[in-house]
Amino acid sequence: MSTLLEIDKLSVTFQLPTGPVTAVKDVSFTIAEGETLALVGESGSGKSVTSTAAMRLLPELAETTGAIRFNGENLLEVTPKRMRRVRGNDISMIFQEPMTSLNPLHRIGRQIGEVLVKHKQLTGNANRQRVLELLNQVGIPEPERRIDSYPYELSGGQRQRVMIAMALACEPKLLIADEPTTALDVTVQAQILELLKSLQAEYGMAILFITHDLSIVRHFADHVAVMRYGEVVESGRTLEVFDNPRHDYTRMLLDAIPRGRKEPAPADSPVLLSGHDIKVRFPLKKRLFGKSEYFEAVRGIDLSIRRGQTLGIVGESGSGKSTLGRALLRLLKSEGDIRFEDADISGLDKSGMRPLRSRLQVVFQDPFGSLSPRMTVGDIISEGLKVHHPEMNRRQREAEVIAALEEVALDPAMRNRYPHEFSGGQRQRIAIARALILKPELLLLDEPTSALDRSVQVRVIDLLRDLQKKHGLTYLFISHDLSVVRALSDDVMVMKEGRVIEHGSVDAIFNHPREAYTQALLKAAFIESEAA
Amino acid sequence: MTSESKPYSGKQPDGTPLPAGGPNPPRSPDPETPGTKEGAPVGESLARDAWRRLSQNRAAMASLGLLLAIIVVCIVGPWLLPWGLAEVDWNAFGTGPTLEGAHYLGTDANGRDLLTRVLYGGRVSLSVALVASFVSLVIGVLYGAISGYLGGRVDNYMMRFVDIMYSLPFMFLVILLMVVFGRNIFLIYAAIGAVEWLDMARIVRGQTLALKRREFIEAAHALGVRDTKIVTRHLIPNAIGPVIIYVTLTVPKVILLESFLSFLGLGVQEPLTSWGVLISEGVDMMESAPWMLLVPSFFLAATLFCLNFLGDGLRDALDPRTR
Repeated sequence: MSTLLEIDKLSVTFQLPTGPVTAVKDVSFTIAEGETLALVGESGSGKSVTSTAAMRLLPELAETTGAIRFNGENLLEVTPKRMRRVRGNDISMIFQEPMTSLNPLHRIGRQIGEVLVKHKQLTGNANRQRVLELLNQVGIPEPERRIDSYPYELSGGQRQRVMIAMALACEPKLLIADEPTTALDVTVQAQILELLKSLQAEYGMAILFITHDLSIVRHFADHVAVMRYGEVVESGRTLEVFDNPRHDYTRMLLDAIPRGRKEPAPADSPVLLSGHDIKVRFPLKKRLFGKSEYFEAVRGIDLSIRRGQTLGIVGESGSGKSTLGRALLRLLKSEGDIRFEDADISGLDKSGMRPLRSRLQVVFQDPFGSLSPRMTVGDIISEGLKVHHPEMNRRQREAEVIAALEEVALDPAMRNRYPHEFSGGQRQRIAIARALILKPELLLLDEPTSALDRSVQVRVIDLLRDLQKKHGLTYLFISHDLSVVRALSDDVMVMKEGRVIEHGSVDAIFNHPREAYTQALLKAAFIESEAA
Repeated sequence: MTSESKPYSGKQPDGTPLPAGGPNPPRSPDPETPGTKEGAPVGESLARDAWRRLSQNRAAMASLGLLLAIIVVCIVGPWLLPWGLAEVDWNAFGTGPTLEGAHYLGTDANGRDLLTRVLYGGRVSLSVALVASFVSLVIGVLYGAISGYLGGRVDNYMMRFVDIMYSLPFMFLVILLMVVFGRNIFLIYAAIGAVEWLDMARIVRGQTLALKRREFIEAAHALGVRDTKIVTRHLIPNAIGPVIIYVTLTVPKVILLESFLSFLGLGVQEPLTSWGVLISEGVDMMESAPWMLLVPSFFLAATLFCLNFLGDGLRDALDPRTR
């Protein structure tokens, strides 16, 4: 096979007002025709900058040196006009966010057709025929109807399929896929990967696949290049790199899979929180007279958590798992009984709940959204103390904040800083400290690791585990990430469309799933049973 | 302290070593960091960050300087000038700018010193602007934040009230106030303030609606923080960026509104004056004594220019996307 794309000593430097920053340093790799190369790295490793440089789509303030040869032609030296012909025609690209990569005001047929008009001068009926053919190829059901849909009428997976159809319209020789499945549910992710594979065989195109998810790489790519701090630290055939990693960083990435299990809580520990027939519904349309319309997010769920236990709630987006968690903590209105230590809390109002709040705490998913940007870390962490321990003075609160920061392994000297100065993992630690300072008994963890890099995830999980052991905490752990749930939970509840599909111990769910949906989830997440 | 993951700053996407004072600060107390206490370096607050970026904006800084100069001159100037507000120079009726008799910018048709009157007028115009903007700021922010935060039916009623206020003709309101209470400068403050807070309330309500879905508000609920504290401690500080910008746009609007009212004869009363009144008088004498129009117009235009540049600068400095 001949070389299609050769990146030779590529360096990219951004001239920022604060000084030059080199995002990519001396990166070299090649992709042969029809082959898949995965560019792997954690956030900030320069993998997206590399691929954007190959398309010459970097902003003006970026200085690029080295060579990017596509079929022998150095793309860094060609005219902008020539580059426009290459883009879309020879090289095309799909992005991470299917929700925002399509123009919401145009029908999808028109958006795909536009590429064909530009590069193939294909108009009128021939254009429409080709679009229909493409939609069919990417597996959009009823293409004749869907061609006139607007993006908002399609699901995330379908939108990503439309993006792929757009990228394939001119039968490119190289497809750059920048985290194409990161924003999708695991089962959808598996379908999209399958689709890309079959289309690759059909069109004979090469794929530059950018991802942070190593489990995808193993199943998808022929070659892999691992990037860190803008440099390629290791590259080679996928299997060789995976089986025999030479660089420490690669080894660390491969090891960054949450391992181990939780020690089970004593079987006789009392039930801390239980819910019976919990229902949550949101009004869709309110009518003055007649029936209002509702969306039922949670449709009657029973559960109970014993002290010291971790209940993992697993489900894809829209399954109602976060809604259930918020309802149990009375952050949302719900129907049904919720009992906390034998006391019915479902009827309590805001002030009735207030004394309980310090015992029921929560850590949210988004480390960038869950901390107020205008408060210092110390103020954020101590806010709960002002509510629940008004008798404390400044000095006492400060001492508590220092202890809480030390507990989550952050430097207490950072307490007067603002959240925007911290990384994602550090912010999540701050959020944990905010919850812990009140000495809660139950902690609702709503996807606390989903927005973090793998290696950071593992450390946050270790921290959560240690804290649970140390303080005898009870966790309600909500996640779509099965490997994380397996590492942390005693019991697992699989949810879909507001209902419980399957409920059982970790071993039962992961090793002997009964329901087809659970099996599909496990398969799509590339989770092998631990015996293997 | 951990070394996990790279900092979220966007400035360091690669592995270049972090500058001291970045997310991994030195453990030892930094004696040069202002406000250092007990070994905890104070982070760069958003306000200070915004100020740093504003100070790099030359147009905004020049505007700020000129604006402060105008304010100081308006306050101090009348004491230094030999002529009083209503003092008539019987030797100079409608003379142009001259050093004779210390009429540096000329006199009006009644022989009163124009510079003195412009500076007195500036006091009125600027104070109306300041008071009316402040009134609209306080009412608007509180009203908007409460309406947006409570949501549902309360929000509905509160915003319908705003709609009703919008639909009242402003001139009608002012004339009504004048008829009932007589002409009084405080009525102008009140009338303008009563109208200007409506826009502010809408802006803050929109911000609040977006903010109250954010997770840090939810976290505050989970901590059991009271609603009043959530509004004052979490919502308003985070909505303040657009508010500050809107205030700098309200100030020129208010000055123009007062000029408009005075122009129509509903504003301040003789001998007191304002920039709007002076311009109105100047228009009548435009052909025979152009300086009577040009001088107050220059002061008004310069002030509005500065405020608009300053507002633009503040918007850029506070916009998180430029951060």
